[in-house]
Amino acid sequence: MILRGRISRGLVEEISRIKREPEWMLRLRLRALELFESLPTPQWLRGVEDLDLDQISAYVSSGSPRAESWSELPDYMRKYYERLGIPELEARFLSGLTAVLDSETVYSRMKEYLEKLGVILLPMEEAVQRYPDLVREHFSRVFPPSDHKFAALHTALWSGGAFVYVPKGVRVPQPIEAYFIIGGSLEGQFEHTLIVADEGSELTFIEGCSAPMLKNYSFHDGMVEIHALRGSRVKFITVQNWSRNVINFNNKRAIAEEDATVEWVEGSIGSRVTYTYPSTILRGRGSRTSNVVVGIANGPYLKDTGSKVIHAAPDTRSSIVSKNISNGGGVNVYRGLVRMLKGATNSVSHVECSSLIMDKASKAHTYPHVQLEEPTASASHEATTSRLTEDQLFYLRSRGLKEGEAKSLIVLGFLQDVMQDLPIEYVSVLTKVMQVEFSEVGGLGRDPRRGTRVPEDLGLPHRQALHRLERVRALLIRCLPVLGGWLLLSNRGGCPDRGDAAGLPDAGS
Amino acid sequence: MLEVDGISVDVIRDGAARRVLEGVTLSVRPGEVHALMGPNGSGKSTLLYTLAGHPSYRLAAGRISMDGEDVSSLSPEERFLRGLLLAFQSPVEVPGVRLSSLLLASYNKRNGIASGRNLLEVRDPRFLSAMRDAAAALGIGPDLLNREVNVGFSGGEKKRAEVLQAILLKPKYLLLDEPDSGLDVDGVDTVARAVRDMASSGVGVLLVTHYARILHRVVPDEVTLLIDGRIAGRGGPELAERVEREGYSSLRGGSARAGMRYRASWDTGRRRSSWDRRKSALAA
Repeated sequence: MILRGRISRGLVEEISRIKREPEWMLRLRLRALELFESLPTPQWLRGVEDLDLDQISAYVSSGSPRAESWSELPDYMRKYYERLGIPELEARFLSGLTAVLDSETVYSRMKEYLEKLGVILLPMEEAVQRYPDLVREHFSRVFPPSDHKFAALHTALWSGGAFVYVPKGVRVPQPIEAYFIIGGSLEGQFEHTLIVADEGSELTFIEGCSAPMLKNYSFHDGMVEIHALRGSRVKFITVQNWSRNVINFNNKRAIAEEDATVEWVEGSIGSRVTYTYPSTILRGRGSRTSNVVVGIANGPYLKDTGSKVIHAAPDTRSSIVSKNISNGGGVNVYRGLVRMLKGATNSVSHVECSSLIMDKASKAHTYPHVQLEEPTASASHEATTSRLTEDQLFYLRSRGLKEGEAKSLIVLGFLQDVMQDLPIEYVSVLTKVMQVEFSEVGGLGRDPRRGTRVPEDLGLPHRQALHRLERVRALLIRCLPVLGGWLLLSNRGGCPDRGDAAGLPDAGS
Repeated sequence: MLEVDGISVDVIRDGAARRVLEGVTLSVRPGEVHALMGPNGSGKSTLLYTLAGHPSYRLAAGRISMDGEDVSSLSPEERFLRGLLLAFQSPVEVPGVRLSSLLLASYNKRNGIASGRNLLEVRDPRFLSAMRDAAAALGIGPDLLNREVNVGFSGGEKKRAEVLQAILLKPKYLLLDEPDSGLDVDGVDTVARAVRDMASSGVGVLLVTHYARILHRVVPDEVTLLIDGRIAGRGGPELAERVEREGYSSLRGGSARAGMRYRASWDTGRRRSSWDRRKSALAA
């Protein structure tokens, strides 16, 4: 990959000044910028030939233009919403035409409720202003900018995202759907989300949406840090169905202290290329993590996903479930790392990877990696690959199903066990998304008029604010995963929580 | 009427075409059971796959029509929608899809009440009871309905599941590929009764078998003999009786002659035999 242009120190200072940040944050940004310039360009970023830093700078400083009217949206996008059964009013939120929250929604009541519990949920910039000490104590501690070049770029340019703090012993009974509560600040190109769950607390946080969203930038480099303190439980759910112009690069990592549990659910439907590997460092005795990663490459797209878990304490447990579906020339890659450090006695890990390949043009690759340094620990791995055969297709067609309908039936069956833990209305939207993706003329990005790829200059916004509609909150995929530790992992210059710091196989081979 | 008019069929495998059927003609009337007999490898299943529209079986000559409409170039799903159903001899496993889901989707399709994203919605309240009743009649328990299609099914369960679809989906023409193989005696009785019931309700049945056992229980109105991809004989139930008695080898040598003879008898009216009496007894 070639990097063109550069990010100037002036830009970073400007961002910090506009946000009226404290000195320590500016210093952190500038240190990250230096790291970005000095760290080697990774060799493992496949599917990205070059990256124009000047263009990124321009977006960062100008923000995103928004669509002015419903008719400005591309036809296929409007049709996609129609097929999902989302009325125009609601689709306007999703497509970015409206970002204003209705003050009467359940979400604003949820916000009040959280305040009563003492939970802090704020846009990240606001949190830096109002809770500087709390933020400073955790920001960039779980995922330091020195890990790799794009972690450094992220930290230098971060903007938007959410800060969540759950006080000791507080259990938040309902999932927090962040978009509905804090609106557009989660939709940035370099958004930074930090969750701190204090001792004995519980939280489920949902970001994203399975309904399609337009993004008008081509490179996304976001980060999520979770610090789960003793005895806490955090579940983080992401579903992404972005337009197919986006290279989606995600840095997600958690640290679990004694008896804490971290669950990641990561579902990737959209984007042109996605790299995401939710990771957990099991630092405290008896901590656990579970990671469900679902990748859907429907069309000529690449999903390079996986998970990482570092067992750094005794009696720790991890479970990784990966399910991926490749169709229409799509490629899925699973990369995983499970590392059992010396001293992680009696720890157990289980990894399960299933791939479903829908046609001859599509591929799936699995690269699991286990490093066992502790003799009393155990790690197991299972992998299965199934292909949709001509015979299966003919059987279903002879029962009246069109090819696409047959495929969507099989896809939904394949995902059934990962969907069953999700709230029913999420499953409902997700089910429709899968049916639209596989059985109708094509999902987002396969506009028959425009060819197979969304042009990068749509000039449309995406601001997805999605609100209300409980139906639409979309979603998918529960995941749980894994992690990688910042103290423990010396991945410098390597990849972001990818399992294979050494010798990455070619994703396309 | 389902009419097969002089078809020749090539099987496409790995890009190469091989002629498997040559000049096959037959017809199935509503309410009629037409038995298609022949030794292994004679092209019986090929004929059924061709009728159902399998993309690997290419029509090189002739035409297929249903109730007067040429369906030769229609897709498998379009043929199904017009009332054609193939019950497979060895149906493929479809992991991830429950039998009940497949039944619902096909039922919705057959009745034209859903497609696309509504495929798995119960749109007709009668569906559930129809599914349960049909399953019960075939001795299929609710467990099987909840399992993935054909995955880990025994041979008998696969057959029953195919016949279950036939009962539930009410085709106009049913293509049955060796419905008795792999079934025990009770199973054959159950399936045979279901086929008789369907025929008496007006379904035209094309029943493929390579030996006559099931024909004692489902007496055919007409029997066609297929050997080496060509029609080798045609007649009433007595032809099946002769196959059972003499085997195919005696018919193979004189296939052309046998074909002429039986065609003649077919054209001039059915021959009556002990089969008709057996049929009357079964119906009673």
